[in-house]
Amino acid sequence: MDEASTLTMAQKIISERVGRAVEPGEIVAVKLDYVMAHDGTAPLAIKALAELGGKLAHPDRVVLVIDHTSPSPSMKISNIHSSMRRFAREQNCVFYDVGSGICHQVMVENHVLPWMIVAGADSHTCTYGALGAFGTGFGSTDIAVAMATGSIWLKVPESIKVVLEGRLRDLVTAKDAILTLLRAISSRGAIYKALEFTGSGVHTLSISSRLTIANMAVEAGAKAGIFPADEVTRMFLEEHGRGSGFRELSPGERAEYLDELELDLSSVEPMVAKPPNVDNVCSVSEVEGVEVDQVFIGSCTNGRLEDLRLAARILKGRRVKSGVRLIVGPASRNVYLKAAETGVLSVLVSAGATIIPPGCGPCPGRHLGILGDGEVCVSTQNRNFTGRMGNPKASIYLVSPATAAAAAVTGKITDPREVV
Amino acid sequence: MRFRGRVWKLGDDINTDLIISGRYKYDITDIKELAKHAFEDLDPLLHEKIRPGDIIVAGVNFGCGSSREHAPLVIKALGVRVVVAESFARIFYRNAINIGLAAVECPGVSQAFEDGDVAEVDLMRGVVRNATRNIELKFAPWPPLLRRIYMAGGLVNYIKSGGKLE
Repeated sequence: MDEASTLTMAQKIISERVGRAVEPGEIVAVKLDYVMAHDGTAPLAIKALAELGGKLAHPDRVVLVIDHTSPSPSMKISNIHSSMRRFAREQNCVFYDVGSGICHQVMVENHVLPWMIVAGADSHTCTYGALGAFGTGFGSTDIAVAMATGSIWLKVPESIKVVLEGRLRDLVTAKDAILTLLRAISSRGAIYKALEFTGSGVHTLSISSRLTIANMAVEAGAKAGIFPADEVTRMFLEEHGRGSGFRELSPGERAEYLDELELDLSSVEPMVAKPPNVDNVCSVSEVEGVEVDQVFIGSCTNGRLEDLRLAARILKGRRVKSGVRLIVGPASRNVYLKAAETGVLSVLVSAGATIIPPGCGPCPGRHLGILGDGEVCVSTQNRNFTGRMGNPKASIYLVSPATAAAAAVTGKITDPREVV
Repeated sequence: MRFRGRVWKLGDDINTDLIISGRYKYDITDIKELAKHAFEDLDPLLHEKIRPGDIIVAGVNFGCGSSREHAPLVIKALGVRVVVAESFARIFYRNAINIGLAAVECPGVSQAFEDGDVAEVDLMRGVVRNATRNIELKFAPWPPLLRRIYMAGGLVNYIKSGGKLE
């Protein structure tokens, strides 16, 4: 289409789906490639679906994942899991049971392709933008209607252009970049809008790094965080047996953006989001020395092989400081297996890490590492809200896997470059 | 559709973990039971103080964070029928209207109210009035689709009655 040159990536994806060029602000109904829900949100969706007749429009496009409380820590949750298994069996939808991994990781490893539109009953569905897809989060009732009809309504977002230049320095990561960005635009800076990442720096970022950045787009309020689909994307899809699904995506040359900001990746420093808000960001140097009780490396933000490998690089030949607990959660079974095969896990375990099953782990605050009163946790997850990890009297600092590993070694918030 | 009620004033960036903590939401499936933990990490007694018909007035980015629909559900279960905020996180905003809790975006509202004031909200005219201080603010009414969903009693009822997604 001719108009393509003035369209943002979000507009291109939605325009293709509805068959005409759409404008920001328009409300459109779109057919969905996938509808996803997990054990935190599927129960309410299944209940709402029953009221709508209980039938899935496209069972092969509905994905249920048990990840938030996995394996189950209580009888009540076990019964919720049982009902999800029964639903998946009866409806013949796609189902990932305990141990498969975090829903978003499972989706990007197995399903998501560039140009797709995916609705997930989880706010971090924006993660799929790393592959050039339009993924966004909804509540359970919207998801039930999406399951029943195969479609959802959405407002075409305005987009903010984020131009990434340069290359991240050693031991500085995509997490530090997105925290830097959150400091600049705040937790409200992109409400209802899409963040679109462009610039030459994009092509220096692995898919793992792009996933970290897109994952946290919602922490600025964004509806989506979209990367171009380029050679790096094609390679990732080929590695995961889906190379034939690759299609290039980039913004139109004269795409119209609401706002534009620039980030020189080579100037990014190790960053920290202090409790209790994700945009409460400062450099590691400003909080260096804060004592730490627990370190968590994992989550949909930073539980991939690249993250675990970086942590292992820092922990190799070193020990977790006495009095500190290091918990590591591979984001999926695939990540777990690769970390085992490449020796990453043995480095982490030798250093004193506790490996937990693939899943959300302690991040949502229900099990596998709930904090004690007054404790401090340094975590690679995406939220540090009061009570997030199960205890309102604990504090959470969000960091990169490198900074997390460094804190595990020293027992304090530490610039990872001082440890290696 | 008009509401009148006592105002509970909350701040900026009230996230869904503060509205209903993750440590409860996975186990407790009965929303009335879950509502006993609403706002617990913000003010452990707030859920007891809120009465049916009360109105929440909040600052920017209300409902940010997770997609949990339990957040508007527990607020509705406490008897609150409308939340008026400077701005909302988008998922909470949709969720609220989808389950029949009115979410009204009204710039300036957090300056116009103090805790305990009486608010009047007229959804169709797009007016929020502070009856205690006699201040009136206007807001942009919902787009037609959202109005239809809300008037049907939420998204499930809207779809059941043959409503379309555009």
